[in-house]
Amino acid sequence: MTHLIQTPNLPDADAVYADVLAAHEGQTLEESAALNARLILILANHIGEADVIREALEMAKKSVSADNRAK
Amino acid sequence: MTSPFAQDLYPYKRHPDQDASRAAHHPVTIVGAGPVGLALAIDLAQRNIPTLVLDDNSRVSTGSRAICFAKRTLEIADRLGVGEALVSKGVQWNLGKVFSGERKVYEFNLAPEDGHKNPAFINLQQYYLEIALVGRLRALQAEGAPVDLRGENRVSTPVAHADHVALTVETPDGFYSLKTDWLIACDGANSPIRNRMGLNFKGRVFEDNFLIADVTMQADFPTERWFWFDPPFNPGQSALLHKQPDGVWRIDLQLGWDIDREAEMDPERVRDRVAQMLGPDVAFDLEWVSIYTFQCRRMERLRHGRVLFAGDAAHQVSPFGARGANSGLQDADNLGWKLAAVVEGGAPENLLDSYDFERAQAADENLLNSTRSTDFITPKSQISHVFRDAVLDLAKNHAFARPFVNSGRLSQPTTYDGSCLNTVDGLPGAPPRTRPGAPCPDARLEDGYLLDALGHRFFLLALNCDPPAATGLPHLSPQITDDIRSRYLGSASSALYLIRPDQHVAARWPSATVQAVKNALSCAKGHPP
Ligand SMILES: Cc1cc2nc3c(=O)[nH]c(=O)nc-3n(C[C@H](O)[C@H](O)[C@H](O)COP(=O)(O)OP(=O)(O)OC[C@H]3O[C@@H](n4cnc5c(N)ncnc54)[C@H](O)[C@@H]3O)c2cc1C
Repeated sequence: MTHLIQTPNLPDADAVYADVLAAHEGQTLEESAALNARLILILANHIGEADVIREALEMAKKSVSADNRAK
Repeated sequence: MTSPFAQDLYPYKRHPDQDASRAAHHPVTIVGAGPVGLALAIDLAQRNIPTLVLDDNSRVSTGSRAICFAKRTLEIADRLGVGEALVSKGVQWNLGKVFSGERKVYEFNLAPEDGHKNPAFINLQQYYLEIALVGRLRALQAEGAPVDLRGENRVSTPVAHADHVALTVETPDGFYSLKTDWLIACDGANSPIRNRMGLNFKGRVFEDNFLIADVTMQADFPTERWFWFDPPFNPGQSALLHKQPDGVWRIDLQLGWDIDREAEMDPERVRDRVAQMLGPDVAFDLEWVSIYTFQCRRMERLRHGRVLFAGDAAHQVSPFGARGANSGLQDADNLGWKLAAVVEGGAPENLLDSYDFERAQAADENLLNSTRSTDFITPKSQISHVFRDAVLDLAKNHAFARPFVNSGRLSQPTTYDGSCLNTVDGLPGAPPRTRPGAPCPDARLEDGYLLDALGHRFFLLALNCDPPAATGLPHLSPQITDDIRSRYLGSASSALYLIRPDQHVAARWPSATVQAVKNALSCAKGHPP
């Protein structure tokens, strides 16, 4: 089974981050939510492995609760 | 002509049991002559097990009920002797269209896999299924099979004892008593038997109403399934259009939770809605109109001593995916041979616990699938709405997103993984779809079809090997056609399959000794190893 990559994996993280922001520019919160949903589905299909997606979901969920605890 | 559903199909007739001084005894009593009770009665009658069916009315079910019957159901119906009648009356279709708002998102063609006798599914009014089953039951009875169906016999109070169940039955002539070794409750979603026994039935109510209308149309609408998300004629909700025999169409309109039921049922309002849906030039008549809410729930256990539950009495699903009657018939398929084996005395009672294990597993699978469909069709939170719409937006231009579109996943038979009746898979390289616990896929033989040849007894299927002598089991050694190879051999060069009376795989090996076959057979009959 492939695992979720948890180490830096993008040669130019800044550029990818900027691309994501650019895609959302000028969008209402609602439009952005829809864009994010489409993006998640497109990426999920590209990943193609339910276990990896589950690991990603877990990581995303945990990060939020850790944040909240810090507050 | 009277409508098929308006006939008194099994009118009340006084029976000598009602005048007996002591309660008459019946080995197996089935409560409810719905599709499940009738199918089980026929299966038992074909096995020569004395069976009595009691129903509180004398007619087939009316109103809008099941219309979509899947292949496995048709295969079971074949074994019960009514399959061909259903298929010849039913409507077959392959093309489905999905719409979102004003536009078509995509269409799909459900071309079935080759080499099966039966189509992937048919559309047929539930009452035609019930009429066929009642006809078959009566034919068996006329041939001398020990089966009876009594109309207007309402079972009112079951009292369970260690070695029998005592029943009180209410008829137009008053009450009478019966004793039965086994009581099978096939008395529908509101199961009075379940309620009287105080058994729970927990699950989830979907806070939504659906207007279901069956309409007759003269128009030449194509034989396709059309599903709308958020159509202009039903904004924010879903809609479904599906063809049945006799020029009848099923219309299914989601209404939402807070509605005025009475206003929605007003024929004028319904006609108006349907006219908007079908377009101004289509003439139609309303046959049935009703409003449903749906639940997804099951009993914790399907066996309570000498009382067993099957069909809607045991589990209830939303109709998306057509899993109600389809799974109920598989309950009957699973229970029939087991009950026969116990009643005849050859098998231990705990064979019936495997019914609970296997069919509860199936119920969970069906609940999972129908809950997922319902969540997609009627998103319950803002964000699930966002994802649903994201899928529909993407699906229009991108094939990858289409598998996410869930307007119902058609009922598939369950593979009983982990059942104690299975012998560990002993055939390396063979296809997973025929592993122990799986339903046998049909295959074309040189002459006819595999499932017809298997029938309803334990059976050996020997491929490129000789079945061991002296197992006492019938066997089949068909030519190795492409279907047989891809479904039963895979990369194995030979195979011996032990197949259960319900046509599920019990064990498989490259070849086997008499002892190995006998051990697997004993295990599949519920004997401890
Ligand atoms: C709108 C709609 C669409 C559906 N579409 C589909 C579909 O496409 N495919 C599918 O597979 N399923 C579908 N279903 C589900 C299907 O109709 C049911 O799952 C099926 O009828 C269950 O059969 P049953 O024999 O368990 O119960 P029922 O059909 O409910 O039969 C129970 C019987 O027990 C009798 N009874 C009750 N109490 C007593 C008593 N005390 N004494 C004696 N008799 C009694 C009743 O009179 C009745 O005859 C649909 C359901 C609805 C509502």
